Amino acid sequence: MKDDLVNQRVRAPKSQTVRTVEAIQYAKARGETVTLTVDGNPVEVPLGTTVLEAARKLGIRIPTLCYHDDLCLAGVCRVCVVEVVGQRTLQAACSYPITAPIEVRTHSPHVRRARRHIIDLLLSEHYGECYTCNRSVGCELQALAMEYGVDFFRFGRLARPRYEIDASSHSVVRDMNKCVLCRRCIRTCIDLQEVGVLEAIGRGNRTKVSTFLDKPLADVICINCGQCINRCPTGALRANDPTDDVWAAIDDPSKHVVIQTAPSPRAAIGECFGLPPGKALTFELNTALRRCGFDKVFDTNFAADLTIVEEGTELLLRLKRALAEGDKSVALPQFTSCSPGWVKYIEHFYPDYLDHVSSAKSPQQMFGALLKTYYAETNRLDPRDVVTVALMPCSAKKFECNRPEMCASGYKDIDYGLTTRELAKMIREAGVDLPRMPKSEFDDPFGTATGSGVIFGATGGVMEAAIRTVLELVTGTKIEDLYEHADVMPVRGFDGARYAELPIRAVGPVPPLVENLFADWDWLRGATLKVGVCHGTANAMKVMENIKAGGRFSQCHFIEFMACPGGCLGGGGQPTPTNPEIRAARANAIYAEDRSYEVRKAHENPAVVEVYRRFLTGGPCGPKSHKLLHTHYTPRGKYIA
Amino acid sequence: MTSPTTMGKLTFDAVSPGVGLKAALAQPAAAVLDRIAASGLRGRGGAGFPTSVKWSMAAEADEADKYVVCNADEGEPGTFKDRVILSEFADLVFEGMTIAARVIAARKGIVYLRAEYSYLRRHLESALASRREEGLLGKRIGGKEGFDFDIEIHMGSGSYVCGEETALIESLEGHRGEPRNRPPFPIDTGYLGHPTIVNNVETFAWVVCILEKGAEWFKSHGTVKSTGHKLFSVSGDCSRPGVYEFPMGITVAELLEEVGGQGAKAVQVGGASGQCVPASQSDRTIAYEDVPTGGSIIIFGPKRDMLEVARNFLEFFVDESCGQCTPCREGVPKLLEGVQMLQQGACSMAYLKELCSLGETMRLASKCGLGQSAPNAFVSIARDFQDEILGRTGFGRRNGSDG
Ligand SMILES: Cc1cc2nc3c(=O)[nH]c(=O)nc-3n(C[C@H](O)[C@H](O)[C@H](O)COP(=O)(O)O)c2cc1C
Ligand code: SF4
Repeated sequence: MKDDLVNQRVRAPKSQTVRTVEAIQYAKARGETVTLTVDGNPVEVPLGTTVLEAARKLGIRIPTLCYHDDLCLAGVCRVCVVEVVGQRTLQAACSYPITAPIEVRTHSPHVRRARRHIIDLLLSEHYGECYTCNRSVGCELQALAMEYGVDFFRFGRLARPRYEIDASSHSVVRDMNKCVLCRRCIRTCIDLQEVGVLEAIGRGNRTKVSTFLDKPLADVICINCGQCINRCPTGALRANDPTDDVWAAIDDPSKHVVIQTAPSPRAAIGECFGLPPGKALTFELNTALRRCGFDKVFDTNFAADLTIVEEGTELLLRLKRALAEGDKSVALPQFTSCSPGWVKYIEHFYPDYLDHVSSAKSPQQMFGALLKTYYAETNRLDPRDVVTVALMPCSAKKFECNRPEMCASGYKDIDYGLTTRELAKMIREAGVDLPRMPKSEFDDPFGTATGSGVIFGATGGVMEAAIRTVLELVTGTKIEDLYEHADVMPVRGFDGARYAELPIRAVGPVPPLVENLFADWDWLRGATLKVGVCHGTANAMKVMENIKAGGRFSQCHFIEFMACPGGCLGGGGQPTPTNPEIRAARANAIYAEDRSYEVRKAHENPAVVEVYRRFLTGGPCGPKSHKLLHTHYTPRGKYIA
Repeated sequence: MTSPTTMGKLTFDAVSPGVGLKAALAQPAAAVLDRIAASGLRGRGGAGFPTSVKWSMAAEADEADKYVVCNADEGEPGTFKDRVILSEFADLVFEGMTIAARVIAARKGIVYLRAEYSYLRRHLESALASRREEGLLGKRIGGKEGFDFDIEIHMGSGSYVCGEETALIESLEGHRGEPRNRPPFPIDTGYLGHPTIVNNVETFAWVVCILEKGAEWFKSHGTVKSTGHKLFSVSGDCSRPGVYEFPMGITVAELLEEVGGQGAKAVQVGGASGQCVPASQSDRTIAYEDVPTGGSIIIFGPKRDMLEVARNFLEFFVDESCGQCTPCREGVPKLLEGVQMLQQGACSMAYLKELCSLGETMRLASKCGLGQSAPNAFVSIARDFQDEILGRTGFGRRNGSDG
């Protein structure tokens, strides 16, 4: 399967370091080993291993700054320099591949002096406002200065900021005064995400990370995924923070402020309070939010279940037209639409494929639309006074809720998107010690959720939830009888792009939920449902190119696309730092929560059934659903004025 | 632009194109390599890496696509000898590249031509065209079956760091000209990821001479470690500036006498990134083992202000640093600031010492040769012209622990 993707054209120019890495990996693939010594300790490693990796293997710490586990190598900050005996100059441990039995010294006098100088130099050009900086304490530059005992500004410091702050984007704010030019954002954008909005401009100490023609971020093809924020070592990148507005709404007695919380932030917010990754605080958070003053606390999972029913029905409708009616114009595969970073990506990069994207809104927006209609009506609230806040792992959700088309009730579906980090700040500000909160339930009427909604947070989760529902609707067989514990293992995992086939051996009667849309399922008997999953837009690009070339993914019926590596749990609004282990721990927390639910299938969620009975009377994909829960997209292209 | 004056006869004047290539084609590639190895030829671009070693590593690489790149970016302040070679002996350069292609089994050559030399392009293209007509480029060169090689010209765009071989390759690939991490070196991961040799214009020309006149002839000049003759671009306070050919190992004093620069206060050998040799050390030799140079010699007369000299060079590096790595990007401006403080008498001894120590860090920790050599001039002037500088040293504003 993977071979299918290897020789794909790469659009964005790869940064030079990717190719260096490829050369190193090539050496590793040959499987030979070499023994080196680090500070006198021998260690055997595969040829091509870097000095940094070898030192880590020995438990020797080499400080780094431009290095990041998720990114290709740069070797630019030089903080990690070490002495390789016999070499005329010091070498960057992060990018020095071992090809011979070398002798490395990680803290000789030269090395110590160089590190101190380098940190001093970085500090001299960093407009540090540690008191007011949102990365203070979590800042990697600050930590280095502490570690190396920097006690004065040896080379002076900036008296005033040099650059204007770019807050044009709903999602990402760039303050280049705090940039240390490690270029992790550039590499994230090009190599990890294949977007390539950020690039270095200028030379010497006028070098600056910038955009095409130095335009504001809102005017370039940024997809708002915020992955750059997660990988920025300092406070140079942050999300556009609406907490002051949220506080103002809470403090306004005429406003009814409701918040929905998504599963990924619940699985990660503990990290902001010193807990190790992988401990979900879902129910502690409910209490904390009430103490902060939110009037109601709802579970986004309800809307996730609703999304699955709508999106799954839409898929079945597309399949019916294609398979039963032989309509060749049907856009298949259907693409998921719940990742707003992915939606903006396809609007920019593959606008010709927008009819493949499910018209179903994301759970966040569906929830907002219902809160300002159904919920407002049943509780006799003026939708004007209902303020909807969404806790999301995501910076792109901020852009999404400000899309002009997201106003189903006449008011913004969602007023404010908060990231995990921002909510943690609010909670601290309220003097609430989150990990020690007693647990409490979500509020009705959306309190009941299913496990299917929870797993939306992990890559493959939307697909798994959709499969649970679609297969059960169609086969009439309990999903547990098809997949043990309803765990659809074929779509799980962390591979960048995955493909799976799910045979439909038998079909059952059409359930009441969709009986106005389908007479029978006979046309699906014996069919094989082909699905794809990918995460990170670099992988999305590979899948899209594969589809364009008529490869295996073009044969799929349904493909889940997530803009962020790991899915939402690795979202651009999640706590820093991030790396593969942290994301895996969060995924474990999410799947554990899924297993704890009694009801694990979206269409069985009683609250969802109730909404269709009482409010969305036309059923899934009916007229009312269409008005409130579905949307349309904008072909943006790559060249914007 | 007119060519600078060539002073005296050059070896290249008497070498006729075609002879060297014929000799190279008449023997196996390995024998050609042996011949170059025997001559002891080291790169004429400045770093002095043994040419035969570079070529033999590229020759051993087991890949179909290999490249020969001629570094004609000549960006070092005070160097203009490559311009003379390209104007008057372009055939030798192309022939040297062709011989290199034969040695490493490359099929394509690229001349990376400095943006300011674009006026030479037409002349070079026509030289290439006539070589193609004569069967010295293209398919079956010299009638040799399977030996196909051609050369194209790629314009630089005015950045000094693009003369650094890996930045040059980045630039050729259409990226921002920034040096790569080394290793891997171009000889195994070069242009488009393929084995690539990058050599200076002059290096290629000498290869042709060696094949025509023999390794022994070449080795009979120069020193044991720095064999042969070399071209020098001489400028500054002397009566006869221009391009000269001298044997390697010439002393600074001998050189000054040849060019009419007696009485100089100091000589900058190797351009902005080179060393500043004070008159008191004029018995030092210009050779890879003592004071190396890519050919730039700038002479400073007795009236020159050495701090101005340092300031001038550092301003050059502030502009030309690619901005990639911390020591160079942030270090060079600090040194420049230090010179300005010295000029105002506002730099403490302690801070001057700190800056020299920073210079050492830059030399050791910068990613490429630019940052590694950028502090050279500052450090050597601060060391060798202490009296001149100390006269202006005041008490620092910056450093509490004043000396
Ligand atoms: C900043 C910098 C600039 C350089 N500029 C040039 C140049 O203009 N021309 C050149 O031949 N080599 C230049 N070099 C040296 C090249 O990197 C490389 O060593 C040389 O082209 C190899 O050729 P050679 O072995 O024939 O000397 C430069 C090196 C550095 C670090
Ligand atoms: S030493 Fe200077 S020119 Fe070289 S990589 Fe570093 S910043 Fe760029």
